[in-house]
Amino acid sequence: MMNTVAPPPDLLEIQALQAKLVAALKPILAEDGLLWEPEDTIPYECDGLAAYRRMPLAVALPENEAQVSCILQICHAMSIPVVPRGAGTGLSGGAMPISQGLVLSLAKLKKILDINPFTRTAVVQPGVRNLAISEAVAHLGLYYAPDPSSQIACTIGGNVNENSGGVHCLKYGLTLHNVLRVRGILMNGEIVEFGSLAPDAPGLDLLSIVMGSEGMLAVITEVTVKLVPKPKLAQVIMASFDDIEKGGNAVAAIIAAGIIPAGLEMMDKATTRAVEEFVHAGYDLDAVAILLCESDGTPEEVAEEIGRMTTVLEKAGASGIRVSENENERLRFWSGRKNAFPAAGRIAADYYCMDGTIPRRHIATLLLRIQEMEKKYSLRCLNVLHAGDGNMHPLILFNGADADEWHRAEEFGTDILEACVELGGTITGEHGVGIEKINSMCVQFGEHERELFWGVKRAFDPAQLMNPDKAIPTLNRCAEYGRMRISGGKLPHPELERF
Amino acid sequence: MSDVQIQQFRDQIQTAAHANTVLSIEGGGSKAWYGNPNTHEKLLTSSFHGILDYQPEELVITARAGTPLSTIEAALAEKNQMLAFEPPHFGGHATFGGAVSAGLAGPGRISGGNLRGYVLGTRLMDGQGHDLSFGGKVMKNVAGYDVSRLLPGSLGTFALILEASVKVLPKPAATASLRCSISEARALTVLNEWAGQPLPLSASCWIGTGDTNTDGELTIRLAGAIAAVHSATALMKTTLGASELDPATADVFWHNLREQQLDCFHDLGGDEVLYRLALPAICPAIQFTGFSSSAASHKRILEWHGQQRWWYGPGDAATQAKVKAKAIEHGGHASCFRVGSHGVDQRFTLLSDQAHSKALVAVQNQLRKAFDPSGVFATGRLP
Repeated sequence: MMNTVAPPPDLLEIQALQAKLVAALKPILAEDGLLWEPEDTIPYECDGLAAYRRMPLAVALPENEAQVSCILQICHAMSIPVVPRGAGTGLSGGAMPISQGLVLSLAKLKKILDINPFTRTAVVQPGVRNLAISEAVAHLGLYYAPDPSSQIACTIGGNVNENSGGVHCLKYGLTLHNVLRVRGILMNGEIVEFGSLAPDAPGLDLLSIVMGSEGMLAVITEVTVKLVPKPKLAQVIMASFDDIEKGGNAVAAIIAAGIIPAGLEMMDKATTRAVEEFVHAGYDLDAVAILLCESDGTPEEVAEEIGRMTTVLEKAGASGIRVSENENERLRFWSGRKNAFPAAGRIAADYYCMDGTIPRRHIATLLLRIQEMEKKYSLRCLNVLHAGDGNMHPLILFNGADADEWHRAEEFGTDILEACVELGGTITGEHGVGIEKINSMCVQFGEHERELFWGVKRAFDPAQLMNPDKAIPTLNRCAEYGRMRISGGKLPHPELERF
Repeated sequence: MSDVQIQQFRDQIQTAAHANTVLSIEGGGSKAWYGNPNTHEKLLTSSFHGILDYQPEELVITARAGTPLSTIEAALAEKNQMLAFEPPHFGGHATFGGAVSAGLAGPGRISGGNLRGYVLGTRLMDGQGHDLSFGGKVMKNVAGYDVSRLLPGSLGTFALILEASVKVLPKPAATASLRCSISEARALTVLNEWAGQPLPLSASCWIGTGDTNTDGELTIRLAGAIAAVHSATALMKTTLGASELDPATADVFWHNLREQQLDCFHDLGGDEVLYRLALPAICPAIQFTGFSSSAASHKRILEWHGQQRWWYGPGDAATQAKVKAKAIEHGGHASCFRVGSHGVDQRFTLLSDQAHSKALVAVQNQLRKAFDPSGVFATGRLP
């Protein structure tokens, strides 16, 4: 199960290193700001991807930027790797500790420093929860647009590091489009700022490379986010389809008609059935696919857009269309989509969530292929999609107590990701590569691209101590992976020496 | 054909790398004046053109760097779509690759966002002649560092862009433009207040003088759903006494603003500079006494609800320093966007001048080395 992990180093060696690190960090942190006893550090052994676990040397919980800088300087001097961590809700193991490293939790940096209604910005510390920003500015008629499913728990620092999206990013953009400035600290302890409140400074834009960098370039200590006016009204259409292809084509038809819905989501039949039992939203249980299409804006705008979308959906062959008549009903229509993950957890011991993105026109193709894979691996899969973005979240159901099932689930997931790349897409839309998809990076990128990624890494972190071993595979690792997955009799990367 | 051209690019880059010479990448040459001047050998991309993939329902267009920007815009217009960041052409030969590399945006930037946000993927050739692809054609992608988005604004100093995939948007269902007479201070206040409300505000431009007591002319563009544009038009008429422009006049105005062809953008004298100030939304009307009386009478142009401001002034080092200091005082930055024939070489603020960016100088230098170890693209166009 953990074939990606190096064998544990000598126990005595680790204990000595731990003692040295604790002695160095203790003087600069509050009493409850440093954990090293196993019973204290065990909650940090994994993030939202619980299948990958490791115990760190220690966990530091600084309370301010100066402490963060000090911690990094100390670790830099001691050559101890650091894994930054927000709320630990990540789904790709990006915050999985390193056995001989420190976990740097930003959870205590959770102040909202400034809210400015005139500039429509808020300055927040990295540990502020995504939803807490919108809650803090709701009285001004504003909100922070990106809304990943985990928004109740996930933090803005983590969002920046994953370039998180959410249900509404088709219309309102990703984290990248909603953050103006990021303050962070390099591995050597130097404080830097990326971006600006003033738009489009001439020069290289390093903010964009920090976005989605999975905690590998800088530790974020402050984020200036854009706030947008809260729409006066939102309404959602729930459309049923008796055929996967019709459903997939309807997604493309809405976009082709010049409409950018506030949300455009899809669930397959297996998902609808699983969630209906759980939320009783009144879903059409016979539908092969259900689309949720949201419109927001002024009442006039919403009426206009709902009308246009209804026409397109009818033309696309929807077998049933319902429009939410009030806010309660709208939330009920959404409840299933929002509860797909817990519903999956209810019908299976474990589930494995994938995150590939493909061009919208291939949605049906991929869903049909996943049906074939279900047979091949004898495992069930629920499909929920940010259809408007082509971002798929297949949930592979398995029983973790059965090693063979987990192995099949991993293989199933890898097959899905490779299908995404083949269809012109990518292995991760918003969850990040982390440790989970690091092998699939060998499929998506060639040797020279990966070498350039390392060049980027070294430019920010020459000693390669900040969350090393994540996201970007080494040449050797890809060679090893290629050896394991020889497809169609052809060896990938024949140019490489095999080990 | 394209393989042959790619090999030619590779040959030119590898030859330059071996000879330790520098190549200045050029598309149509329409923005050759932008950035620090250089006289290096050119690497021309205009023959490498063509739209490679455009499917309106995917909201993405992929094209070769040398494709004329006008060809891209025409293809999109045919399907009722557009580049929402409205890149300026600054000449008839502007190319797609040049637009991405310059990273400039037009009036729609304030509502639609900057060019960088629309870049989804690129195919590049680095300083060793490696043919590399980053990002892709899909909306959401966090596989690996977002290298593609380093390219906008890099002015050819990083890598050769071979192809780019850019997100496009449907044209709005309705647009309307309105105009009124108003002071700079009041214009800034109303624009920022409205920007905080769910109104379909798409672009704005205020033109007036540096004398803050006199009114200037404010033009506003609304774009969005028919009903929303209709009700906002009524609001602006009553609040500001604004009158609606006929659509043809409005189109010409926004086009000429984007291309800096309005009368207020005049030809530069030999010692003159068109300064670009980029400022935070909160920045008020700026009192500036650093210009001589003749320069003070020139028009000032404010776009992006005041976040981008154009000032004409003398280009001497002392004045430049004063303009930059003024912008920094207000939390922004200033650059010499266009310079007269006797212009200076250093047109952009150096990273090392910015308080919290000093440590990034080393990062930036190392990043450049990763892309271009021998400095083939080190034209110095960008500091």
